[in-house]
Amino acid sequence: MKKSKAFWGFLVLALVIYAVVQGMISGGILDLYYQNILIQMCINIMLAVSLHIVIGVTGQFSIGHAGFMAVGAYISAIATMKLGLSLPVAIIMGAVISALAGLLVGIPSLRLKGDYLAIATLGFAEIIRIIFLNVDYVGGAAGMVVTNMTTWTYAFVGVVITILVIANFTNSRHGRGCISIREDEIASDAMGINTTYYKVVAFTIGSFFAGVAGAIYAHNFFIIQPTTFNFLKSFDILIYVVLGGLGSLSGATIAAIFLTIVSAYLANFPETRMIIYSLVLIIVMLYRPTGLMGTKEITSLFKFGKKGGSKV
Amino acid sequence: MTEKKSLKRFASIFLASSLIVGALAACSSSEEGTSTNSGSSTGGGENSEVIKIGGNLELSGAVASYGSSIKQGAELAIEEINAAGGIDGKQVEFVPVDNKSENSEATNAAIKLATQDKVTAMIAPATSGNVIATAQIANQYKIPTVTASGTAPNVTENADGTINDFVFRTCFIDPFQGIVAANFATNELGAKNVAIYADNSSDYAKGLAASFKQQIEENGGTVVAEEAYVAKDTDFKSTLTRLKSANPEFIFIPGYYEEVGLIVKQARELGIEAPLMGADGWDSPTLVELAGAEALNNTFITNHYSAQDPDETIQGFVTAFESKYSESPNAFHALGYDTVYFIKDAIERAGSTDGEAIQKALAETKDLSLITGTFSVDEKHNPVKSATVLEYVDGNQQFNSKVNP
Repeated sequence: MKKSKAFWGFLVLALVIYAVVQGMISGGILDLYYQNILIQMCINIMLAVSLHIVIGVTGQFSIGHAGFMAVGAYISAIATMKLGLSLPVAIIMGAVISALAGLLVGIPSLRLKGDYLAIATLGFAEIIRIIFLNVDYVGGAAGMVVTNMTTWTYAFVGVVITILVIANFTNSRHGRGCISIREDEIASDAMGINTTYYKVVAFTIGSFFAGVAGAIYAHNFFIIQPTTFNFLKSFDILIYVVLGGLGSLSGATIAAIFLTIVSAYLANFPETRMIIYSLVLIIVMLYRPTGLMGTKEITSLFKFGKKGGSKV
Repeated sequence: MTEKKSLKRFASIFLASSLIVGALAACSSSEEGTSTNSGSSTGGGENSEVIKIGGNLELSGAVASYGSSIKQGAELAIEEINAAGGIDGKQVEFVPVDNKSENSEATNAAIKLATQDKVTAMIAPATSGNVIATAQIANQYKIPTVTASGTAPNVTENADGTINDFVFRTCFIDPFQGIVAANFATNELGAKNVAIYADNSSDYAKGLAASFKQQIEENGGTVVAEEAYVAKDTDFKSTLTRLKSANPEFIFIPGYYEEVGLIVKQARELGIEAPLMGADGWDSPTLVELAGAEALNNTFITNHYSAQDPDETIQGFVTAFESKYSESPNAFHALGYDTVYFIKDAIERAGSTDGEAIQKALAETKDLSLITGTFSVDEKHNPVKSATVLEYVDGNQQFNSKVNP
């Protein structure tokens, strides 16, 4: 009962946000510049939330997320540019194949733990990148030119579905299985939880939505090149999750929004851009060592707010 | 107890949210500031007091040295133009934006320059991929965009053969360097039997190798051996031995300086005495460190310009640049400088700051004399201009000759 309330509440909130932003776009208040920042924000939220399910919920340290994003981006680009399919079909294709790649990598490598898994995922992401680099069909190092098809609606629907699925997964029986792995893998194994199965499921779902984000990315920025999806991109995504608070879905979302805005704003100061960006990261981590939200969710704050007055 | 805890929690939430709100507010207010500014000053663009030229450049990230060099060159040019009274009496304002050497940021930066700063013209990013990421924005907002160093053919020409109307470049395209090298080998060095040793992992090198081969065969020469390496290789001796047994009079090695440095060193160690030649990818001080000054003797490269060129205007530029930045200008500095003059010339001939008029003027550019050569723009928006051939003598680049297309 309670859970479904949160579910419908989120849907209503999403609809309201969508209506307001769409109204502002139609009214000409938000020009292409702001629309583009919004789309980028949506892509970053999807990436952050899809990594959150792997790192935050299941506690598996993966630093190869950009690899799955690359799969989604390239497969969807092939679907629209070479096979002439429509964008929604392409997004689904990219996401499904990305999930398959996640499954393929997850089954052998998720038996590893901690640092070893991190290295394995990093290696995998590099392999994907090198494959795209050497396949002439997708343009090799020079990259693949993609028509711009993404609109704010695609990006927003993508975010809503991503958050809904991952939030519901986390609250489900499977999600609790994953959380128990995060808390203590040996104990949960002893309790009869099939740890490898849950880890692979979480990993596959994570790569599915990274594929969605990659597909939307590919169709927004005119060109995709293998260098875009290098390990630095993986670290960018990791920063969202860690900054937001490991284990907090709303934290990952807020951090993605926050850092997208900071990054866009700092484009005006090219000389000091990276210094300020890094300072922001350091300051946040110093004052909020567990991330912006810790392991709390934003909904728990609202419940709290009711008691202490309607300030929040 | 709970009271205290809740207060603490409130404080932390408040802090976190105020941080976000603060960033948001700062962001929107500054955006408003710039947009109202440009609204009042540039307005329709026709009767403005200043001409804004945007610079969508790699100022941080992987290829920051390219973008920063172009920015320095462009700033010098704008300083000179403003000191001489501006363009048609209007002062020029340079608006540099950092694209972090990333495609997506390049798109963002182009949109920002087009919609927020409302620039008259843009200097596009330094690398080809990033230029492509901005091309559609330039076409959509009808803002003439010139890249200083994006050399891939598909920057201005799409895969289906259509031209990106508003995209131009100041540099020659990749295949041209291969043609120049082939002509140099045939005409200046008299080489008949040549070999090619190309970097197989870069489109740049593959493109150069293909155009070199085609031209050398047109010139009546023969390619006696064709070998390839992959970036990050370090041992080239077995392939070089094979090349040596084919006995070429000239070896063309398109690639980047990191591998080329080792190739040149190992080739000389194996006793290959034939002249070696490359392109602008060789142009780095690291090459001399890797290969050694002696091994580099009797090697040549094609490049955009040379600071040693005795030409008067070039020497004038070199002196002006050295007095401002106290370093010798490289090819990117010169190209950035030229890009601004290329745009200036077009705005003057168009007689307005209207995007379509400038676009037309840019496309009609003829015999414009700049630092990196005199050029006319062809129907594919590529400049037809001369390339400079440099020779390494005891580790220093020396001006050899200028080759016209």
